[in-house]
Amino acid sequence: MTDQEAIEMINTSLAEEFELERTRMVPEARLHDDLGLDSLDRVDMVIVLQNAFKIKIREEEAIRGIQNLGDIHTYVLGKLRAAQ
Amino acid sequence: MRRVVVTGMGAVSPFGIGVKVLFESLLAQRSSVRYVPELAKITGLRTRVAAVVPAVDSKEIPRKYRRSMSNMSIYATFASQEAVSQGGATEKELRGGNTGVAIGSTVGSPIATHEFYEEFLPTRSIDKTRATFFFQIMNHSCASNVAQVFGITGRILAPSAACSTGCQAIGYGYEMIAWGKQERMLCGGADEFHPLTAATFDIINASSAKYNDRPTETPRPFDRDRDGVVCAEGAGILLLESLDSAKRRNAPIAAEVMGFATVSDPANLADPSAGSIETCIRKALTEASIQQNEIDYINAHATGTILGDIAESEAVGRVFGGKTPTSSLKGHFGHTMAASGAIETIATILMMQKGILIPTLNLDNVDPLCDNIFHFKNCMEKPIRTVLKNNFALGGIDSCLILRRYEND
Repeated sequence: MTDQEAIEMINTSLAEEFELERTRMVPEARLHDDLGLDSLDRVDMVIVLQNAFKIKIREEEAIRGIQNLGDIHTYVLGKLRAAQ
Repeated sequence: MRRVVVTGMGAVSPFGIGVKVLFESLLAQRSSVRYVPELAKITGLRTRVAAVVPAVDSKEIPRKYRRSMSNMSIYATFASQEAVSQGGATEKELRGGNTGVAIGSTVGSPIATHEFYEEFLPTRSIDKTRATFFFQIMNHSCASNVAQVFGITGRILAPSAACSTGCQAIGYGYEMIAWGKQERMLCGGADEFHPLTAATFDIINASSAKYNDRPTETPRPFDRDRDGVVCAEGAGILLLESLDSAKRRNAPIAAEVMGFATVSDPANLADPSAGSIETCIRKALTEASIQQNEIDYINAHATGTILGDIAESEAVGRVFGGKTPTSSLKGHFGHTMAASGAIETIATILMMQKGILIPTLNLDNVDPLCDNIFHFKNCMEKPIRTVLKNNFALGGIDSCLILRRYEND
């Protein structure tokens, strides 16, 4: 899977789960302020990403520092590279 | 005690969304009971019929609110929107702290509970459990979700007394306003259908199973050939309000709540007793300061069970002596459980407003043991001023409401 394919998969999964407009899904979009995701959504975001990429990230400290969509892209891409 | 009136009504029933389709279907003597194939997949379950709500577009509710809702909260929300719209309550009135909620269900979402255990039991893992799961299975799910949608900041009640829930919710909401604790309350009940709801009655031999090939012929309240409950789903919500508040804002007044009573029947968990029902009816009359001969119509609980219908007939006969027209609406849309008290109260108010009494559907031959009350077989035009609404629940909980047509007094 290329980085672009992975980013597309992240965006598609999150758009579907949280009913987000794709035009709003730019890397600098802040999860809370721009995409309207709250603490409950962040829990479900982790589940969505775990299911989509078959990775375990729920217990990772770095998840808590994620602020915007670009952070998610960077984080997931890093996990995928580490798994290769 | 302040006077309390109904200023808005909303329903989601097996006939669809809205009070209008509900009442038109009742007037047309339609049945919404149908064959439900998924019931055949449960070993040991004999009933195959239910009355379920036609598909609704839940996406009309923003995801922010919908994510914590199972079907019962979705139904409660749509019914609340209709009640609020009809009553003309403003956002300021709803958010100002003087509006509360009293909405209950039998249990938290059985569908969400099922889905959770389907995942959890084979894996013993919560890795896939969504954050919003709990908000669907908690007992106050409907009340809480409705309050969130409307931004309601007053008191929250979530009475849970199975088939008495809707009636109790209206009664407790009425008392909350009468005592001056709230200016208005969104009251009612909601439930969603799950095969195990039908199983609850099937296990105790109280579900209808002889009419699986003729669904619209069951349930048959008070009929000689009745064989039990048909489970259903939906929501009924009433906007209750102090008369002063309703007058102040020129709200449409559908009816006045005159009295409410609820009693425990410790004689038996499942079998209702005529004595306890009679006590409840008499208490409601006392609360309303009304004589029995002032009641123009009784909307019975009558679910179509052998014992329940007899006990209710006996109690109603003792109090009213067979003189007051009585009917049950369960033949039209089954037993909507926690919603039944509220949906049926709404239908009863509409009967009162329009001066038309709706008979019991499928009552072809009155059971001799239920023949001590005034049954009628066709819609009947009659001036109706005061009505009694009965609801009784498994667990030995009786409830009665008395309502009156409001006459600008």
